[in-house]
Amino acid sequence: MAGETILSVKDLRVRFRTLDGVVEAVKGIHLHVDAGETVAVVGESGSGKSQTMMAAMSLLASNGEATGAVDYRGKNLLTLGKSELNKVRGRKISMIFQEPMTSLDPLYTIGNQLMEPIRKHRGLSGAAARAEALRLLELVKIPDPERRLKSYPHEMSGGQRQRVMIAMALANDPDILIADEPTTALDVTIQAQILTLLAELQRKLGMAIVFITHDLGIVRRFADRVYVMRYGEVVEEGKADELFANPQHDYTKMLLAAEPTGRKAPPAANAPILLEGRNVEVEFKIGGGFLAGPPMLLRAVDRISIMLKQRQTIGIVGESGSGKSTLGRALLRLLPSQGTIRFGNKDLSKADRADMRPLRRELQLVFQDPFGSLSPRMTVGQIITEGLLVHEPSLSSKERDNRAVEALREVGLSPETRNRYPHEFSGGQRQRIAIARAMILKPKVVVLDEPTSALDRSVQKQIVELLRKLQADHDLSYLFISHDLAVVRAMSDYIIVMKQGKIVEEGPTEEIFGAPREAYTKTLMAAAIDETKFRQSA
Amino acid sequence: MFLYVFRRLLTAIPTMFVIVTLAFFLIRVAPGGPFNQERGLSPEIKANLEAQFGLNDPIWLQYVNYLKNLLHGNFGPSYNLPDFTVTELFANGLPISVQLGLSALVLALAVGTVLGIVAALNQNKLGDYSVIALATAGSTIPTFVIAPVIQLLFGLTWKLLPIGGWGDGAWINKIGPILTLSLPQIAIVARLMRGSMIESLRSNHIRTARALGLSDWSVVVKHALRGAVLPIVSYAGPAAAALLTGSIIVETIFAIPGIGRYFVDAALNRDYTLVMGTVVVIALFTIAFNLIVDILYAFFDPRVRYD
Amino acid sequence: MFSLFYLIAMATVCIVGPFFVPHQYTTIYADYVRTPPSLSAYPKPEMIETAMNDAVKRMRVDVKEWRQEGERVFITVTSSKPLDERNIRYLDRSDTFDDGKLESTSADGLTAVMSASIKQQYFLFGTDNTGRDLLSRTLMAGRISLAIGLLAGIVAVVIGVIYGATAGFMGGKTDEVMMRIVDVLYSLPFIFFVIMLVVFFGRNFVLMFLAVGAVLWLDMARIVRGQALSIRRQEYVQAAEALGVRSRGIVQRHVIPNLLGPVVIYMTLLVPQVIILESFLSFLGLGVQEPMTSWGVLISVGAKNIGTANWLLLFPAFFLVSTLFALNFIGDGLRDALDPKDR
Repeated sequence: MAGETILSVKDLRVRFRTLDGVVEAVKGIHLHVDAGETVAVVGESGSGKSQTMMAAMSLLASNGEATGAVDYRGKNLLTLGKSELNKVRGRKISMIFQEPMTSLDPLYTIGNQLMEPIRKHRGLSGAAARAEALRLLELVKIPDPERRLKSYPHEMSGGQRQRVMIAMALANDPDILIADEPTTALDVTIQAQILTLLAELQRKLGMAIVFITHDLGIVRRFADRVYVMRYGEVVEEGKADELFANPQHDYTKMLLAAEPTGRKAPPAANAPILLEGRNVEVEFKIGGGFLAGPPMLLRAVDRISIMLKQRQTIGIVGESGSGKSTLGRALLRLLPSQGTIRFGNKDLSKADRADMRPLRRELQLVFQDPFGSLSPRMTVGQIITEGLLVHEPSLSSKERDNRAVEALREVGLSPETRNRYPHEFSGGQRQRIAIARAMILKPKVVVLDEPTSALDRSVQKQIVELLRKLQADHDLSYLFISHDLAVVRAMSDYIIVMKQGKIVEEGPTEEIFGAPREAYTKTLMAAAIDETKFRQSA
Repeated sequence: MFLYVFRRLLTAIPTMFVIVTLAFFLIRVAPGGPFNQERGLSPEIKANLEAQFGLNDPIWLQYVNYLKNLLHGNFGPSYNLPDFTVTELFANGLPISVQLGLSALVLALAVGTVLGIVAALNQNKLGDYSVIALATAGSTIPTFVIAPVIQLLFGLTWKLLPIGGWGDGAWINKIGPILTLSLPQIAIVARLMRGSMIESLRSNHIRTARALGLSDWSVVVKHALRGAVLPIVSYAGPAAAALLTGSIIVETIFAIPGIGRYFVDAALNRDYTLVMGTVVVIALFTIAFNLIVDILYAFFDPRVRYD
Repeated sequence: MFSLFYLIAMATVCIVGPFFVPHQYTTIYADYVRTPPSLSAYPKPEMIETAMNDAVKRMRVDVKEWRQEGERVFITVTSSKPLDERNIRYLDRSDTFDDGKLESTSADGLTAVMSASIKQQYFLFGTDNTGRDLLSRTLMAGRISLAIGLLAGIVAVVIGVIYGATAGFMGGKTDEVMMRIVDVLYSLPFIFFVIMLVVFFGRNFVLMFLAVGAVLWLDMARIVRGQALSIRRQEYVQAAEALGVRSRGIVQRHVIPNLLGPVVIYMTLLVPQVIILESFLSFLGLGVQEPMTSWGVLISVGAKNIGTANWLLLFPAFFLVSTLFALNFIGDGLRDALDPKDR
């Protein structure tokens, strides 16, 4: 379906003036888009992939500046006047964004926002525009579109808002739709629905799609052609099939190999049970208070039983709001809960903070956010040795320092880094620091709460490998909480699938991935690891 | 919505009650009384006066009597301005204070909002810096410096305005006081507006509107401005209550017969009824404007619903 | 940065300056009531005669003739009664003359020649209604205003931090009750509060700033509480809890260091507020009492005399406003430096 070239980017450079001087985010790249095709621009964070398209649409932040040329059917969008530009933006080229929750104006109804670009670009009357808006909502399969026209964005879910965004972008039958990580902020099952919708709409309407993403799985299933970007440059381009089959550039090869691989063997059958929860329940009170009536009870974790053996990794899988993180914290007694929790032969069900304190060194936790979980005003050395102050108060500061050096080496960081502050490190390095903080206490059980979710794929893989190595070296047991099935599969030997606080299905990893029984698990698996294409390329 | 307003009005009653009670007993606890000042009143006259105003009754009885009178809209007589009742004093002074305060508020909102928008749209350019400079000056220089400087420049040096006085409400007499009242407010409003407008312009839905090719007018006015106005609305409530109940500084310096001066004089002279009257009036204004703000807020922001 | 230097300079000048100014801030120069500011020395030539006549009149004698020779004046006086040589002291008592001498007396004792040196006086900022040097008064006032600003600021910060941190840490019901109290105090007219305090404590300098500080802690308490709540929710605090760190350790190592920034910023913004409030009270006559002075007192006097002696307003107003500017700039600068969002 290769048509004429409708958009070509020539020697595009994007610079930002910052306090640290001028930063060049895009360094003279060339790319083009043909009518009706799907082009993916792939890269990790900081590759300049989003800024390329922002520059093309003249949407750069006020301290940004673009040079070069972005030609759309003979017009250079970079030099076009405002009113000329606005005849192209939203009419011929439109764009959807990563953040569906904030990309719609919260103060206007969906109908109002949908009708605005229609009336602007096509000069339709109010009634005609309304009919058109209704048609668009039906097109993107929003149930009860008539009522939704009068809804405000805050009354809709993230997936629905992204559908509205798509409807707005397609309102004027554009030539090109630029989709900037349109599914990254959504749960996997919703992701699959949105991608299916996009593919279907493309078949129906025939526009070209420029797909900006870090997710190679999506690219493989969605794109005709691919540009791989790193540090503001295009390092490789080509047809999707060829590029995946035979990558040329080292970086592309590395990206393709970055999918976490390997499987974990289950522990010996007679391995002792370390941590056990029976009928664990966590309830949250929502609202309520003086004059506001009784609070609503939300059961975040609903009678869940779990057994963690020595050297075992249990993966807890679920979408946002499934209660998986809450379960992890409840098992460590960081949240009040009902039911029985045992650690070894101790009953933790009634343990209070003081009772738990000596046990904390054996039960550790690593958080998702490598930025928020390290105190910004402590040095790395202080951060990782804080636990030693509590659990081995007899250590001299020299001994603590030695332990810090040892722990940093173990997680693959240079010991010299211990006098620096967290903000000097990248996300992956920070996560290593957080792991070192847990490992320095030589724990038996570590709850890993989405430890890789905020990281780039290539970094994820390193962290996964580090965690596996630490497990083997120290006979650790992990509770691995994640929504990312590829990572869970590489880490765990047993999987629990959660939804709305309940266990949907559980079993050994290969069984769950190979032969899921429950419908929900099947959708989850299909969304995450299905390799069939969303669309047929020409 | 009506239910909400009704409920808010109901909750205002206990609030008023607490404020009145607190103020009543606080002022009574303070040493001294309305007739013990350096007036040279003979003890008999003083005793007479105190008996006449019921000041010898037990305090709880005075309190109950005061509440009773208040419920009938009667603020009582002023002890230190014996020819007037408190109600009369307010009837004369309040319209003047309200007039000045309202003009200053409207001026501040109009000018401040426009300046804030101009600054936000020209961020880090000359226009922005001038507005920031003005706003910093306006919010740093205290009123009691602005007022005499205005008198000095416009009244004495250039002889454009009268130095002070009310002049029976001649407009030329109002310019100085209104300017003095509004300058700091303009500064605050401009600052608030600039900040919220910049944040609003940075938000994701503005990027969406731009990407859809909407005109600058629609982007700025329809989408950015409406969201950015919300902090101004919340600010305007308490500001209005404060402005409309008079400013002691402005009324003293410009010799304006409003109600702003009463409070300090009355408190110093232990003119109990006048102090109480002022507290009640200020509290009423505050409660009323907070309610208005909440209603306006719901009008501007569909996410806020009262039911 | 400039603001900081300016502020330090201002503080130094106000603290050290009064020792170098030749006039005491309380000394009354009856000859120099409301003299305009001038860089050259007083008395001006035309003032010498007036001052001389004043002094001679007090001697109850008449001037026959007078002349000026350099730094000294020579006066020939006559009287119907014999002259008392102690009359010389009237010349010394005048603020204009010094070192009076009786040069010669006529044989009948009815005529005498007196001489006195002219005292050179500088009034860079002029003098006030009672003839006090405005420069020394402005500097003294600066001491008071800055001291009140600092001390009341500290009082407000201490109360606010302790109250806010307690509410933020206890959380739950305690927090709710404590913050409701703050809300109630907020809803009382602010000035009512201050006046009540002043009425209670009398017009005492020390109690004054305690009162001012006691009123201004409300904002601080809210800010600290908000910060404490948000720090408590941070993952690094949860991480510390997961490590088994005791509450005291969490407060010491995590909360206090992270609270410090906002508190310091707020304090620099609080000091100008206190200075304004103090000036405002002094302006109303509720603050610092004569002969002590503060910028607010001086401005209040200046505002009443703008028609005849505008320097009484302009100098103190300039000192006050420029100090407020410097403080605000420092506060804003610190906030920008510590708030990573704006970068």
